Amino acid sequence: MSPSTRSLSSRRTARRLAADAGLLVVAVAFLLPLAWVVLSAVDPHAGLRVKTPDGVTLEHFDAILTDEITFTPLLNSLVLCGGATALTVVCAALAAYPLSRYRSRLNRPFLLTILFATSLPITAIMVPVYALFVRVNLIDTMQGTIFFFAASQLPFAVWLMKNFMDGVPKELEEAAWTDGASSFQSLARIVLPLMGPGVAVVTVFSFVMMWGNFFVPFMLLLSPDLMPASVSINDFFGNRGMVAYGQLAAFSIVYSTPVILLYVLISRRLGAGFALGGAVKG
Amino acid sequence: MTAAAPHAGPDLVKTPGPPAASPPPRDRRALRRFLPRFLPLTPALALLLVFLAGPIAYCVLIAFTDLQLTGQAEESFVGLDNFRRAFRDDAFLNAVWLTLVFTVVSALVGQNTLGLALAALMQRASKPVRTLTGGVVVTAWVLPEVVAGFLLYAFFRREGTLNAVLDWLHLPSQNWLFTLPVLAVSFANVWRGTAFSMLVYSAALNEIPKEITEAAEVDGASGWRRMWHVTLPMIRRSIGTTLMLNTLQTLSVFGLIWVMTRGGPGGKSQTLPLFMYEQAFQNSLIGYGTAVALLLLLVGSLFSLLYMRLLRTEV
Repeated sequence: MSPSTRSLSSRRTARRLAADAGLLVVAVAFLLPLAWVVLSAVDPHAGLRVKTPDGVTLEHFDAILTDEITFTPLLNSLVLCGGATALTVVCAALAAYPLSRYRSRLNRPFLLTILFATSLPITAIMVPVYALFVRVNLIDTMQGTIFFFAASQLPFAVWLMKNFMDGVPKELEEAAWTDGASSFQSLARIVLPLMGPGVAVVTVFSFVMMWGNFFVPFMLLLSPDLMPASVSINDFFGNRGMVAYGQLAAFSIVYSTPVILLYVLISRRLGAGFALGGAVKG
Repeated sequence: MTAAAPHAGPDLVKTPGPPAASPPPRDRRALRRFLPRFLPLTPALALLLVFLAGPIAYCVLIAFTDLQLTGQAEESFVGLDNFRRAFRDDAFLNAVWLTLVFTVVSALVGQNTLGLALAALMQRASKPVRTLTGGVVVTAWVLPEVVAGFLLYAFFRREGTLNAVLDWLHLPSQNWLFTLPVLAVSFANVWRGTAFSMLVYSAALNEIPKEITEAAEVDGASGWRRMWHVTLPMIRRSIGTTLMLNTLQTLSVFGLIWVMTRGGPGGKSQTLPLFMYEQAFQNSLIGYGTAVALLLLLVGSLFSLLYMRLLRTEV
């Protein structure tokens, strides 16, 4: 080993240590707020700061695991996000098929419009959506909110689905076409089964986005018994008087767990290179 | 979680082959073939037209009226009044300024720089540290928006964790949500959104061939110089798209700020989405709120078009 390579490798070790130290500092900073929610959820005297719990208790979970506080809002979230996700995925798969398989002069403008719509700030149109929904009597209805959720998620879902579908070779369907299969049949029997992971990604991604969305149900739903968890969590501050931080933390954990698990599920399944954002290669 | 970047497939932006030549006499036949083929598009199209294009059109319409929330027989067309009013309204100008601060501090500087720094450090760090940091940062991103809001509310409160840490370091503590609310919500947005930049930059850095950086290293270029002259130029497209998507995501943040400060105290963290909400619902001025929404939508569209431009040059 020549001296220059040795100094290079020792420089590399030093650099690795420096990088490790830098990352750990950031990790600790990011960890502090997360530590609060975990520790407070089991601390009998939970407050606002991170501290070693005075013992471990499940009383906060006990207190929140009731129909009114947890189960009804979670069920509402499930109906809302499940319904809208199903609608989004079905519409996106149907729409992606002709866009991926057939050539037409309309494909390009259509896809460009879709791409444009993926990055529009949906927040900005919520006031007019509210006004419109009041006018057509869709305000405070599950179906209205489901439709809007699906529409707002659809551009990205179509885009993603089309890209996944482009990866499925066309040859397999051509055989089916000559046998007289309709495009619907070849989509359902051949293409979709071959792009299972792609469909999973679109499904999980849409669901996770909606599960965490606060503004849409906050604007479009009014009755307390229709509220999903993303909105009802605010009741810990307003209506129940004194803020019970332990219960708030416990509820946050119960409400966040499904999306974290779903994320882990798809990021594992698709390998390390594919994080949701990495669907995305630049 | 923020929206992922849809620049997955470059295919779209490719110019399509020669347009299917269909001379006039065959037009009807082409149409007969076209219709059943593109029939599956209809459900998506209907949904998009009714629930997305519809509200946008409605937005443009009522931004020029004096529509109010309560008991008004008939709204009337008021032309540009809402917009004139906005630009004379100090609260609106304040919200524009705060939106600018919030976007620049949290999206352009915070998320972007921290994301790039994390991705660059991860290239050199040992595997366990890399996995740990990645996991923590991504968890912050995956958490529902409102939960993130509560966690950071607890973190920044007077009796919260940040002040505890500052006390421990013998540094002066203060009531962050009261004195510097816009900074607190900007940091919150950095905490929540950095993972996206980190993931995109990690992917981009992984694609740089090793030989290139090694050659520069052997030539004796220092870390910073390599970063500036070799790495950054090679990932400039990822930088462009990340900046754009961070900006778009940050422009539409509502829940995070709502939970942490409600836009207060005294409008000191009231960005445009919160201002729009307050005008439309607390003040019952739907027309005025929508006019503000339209301005926000226009700015968003502008960035969106820019983003598409960037994708186009990528191919």
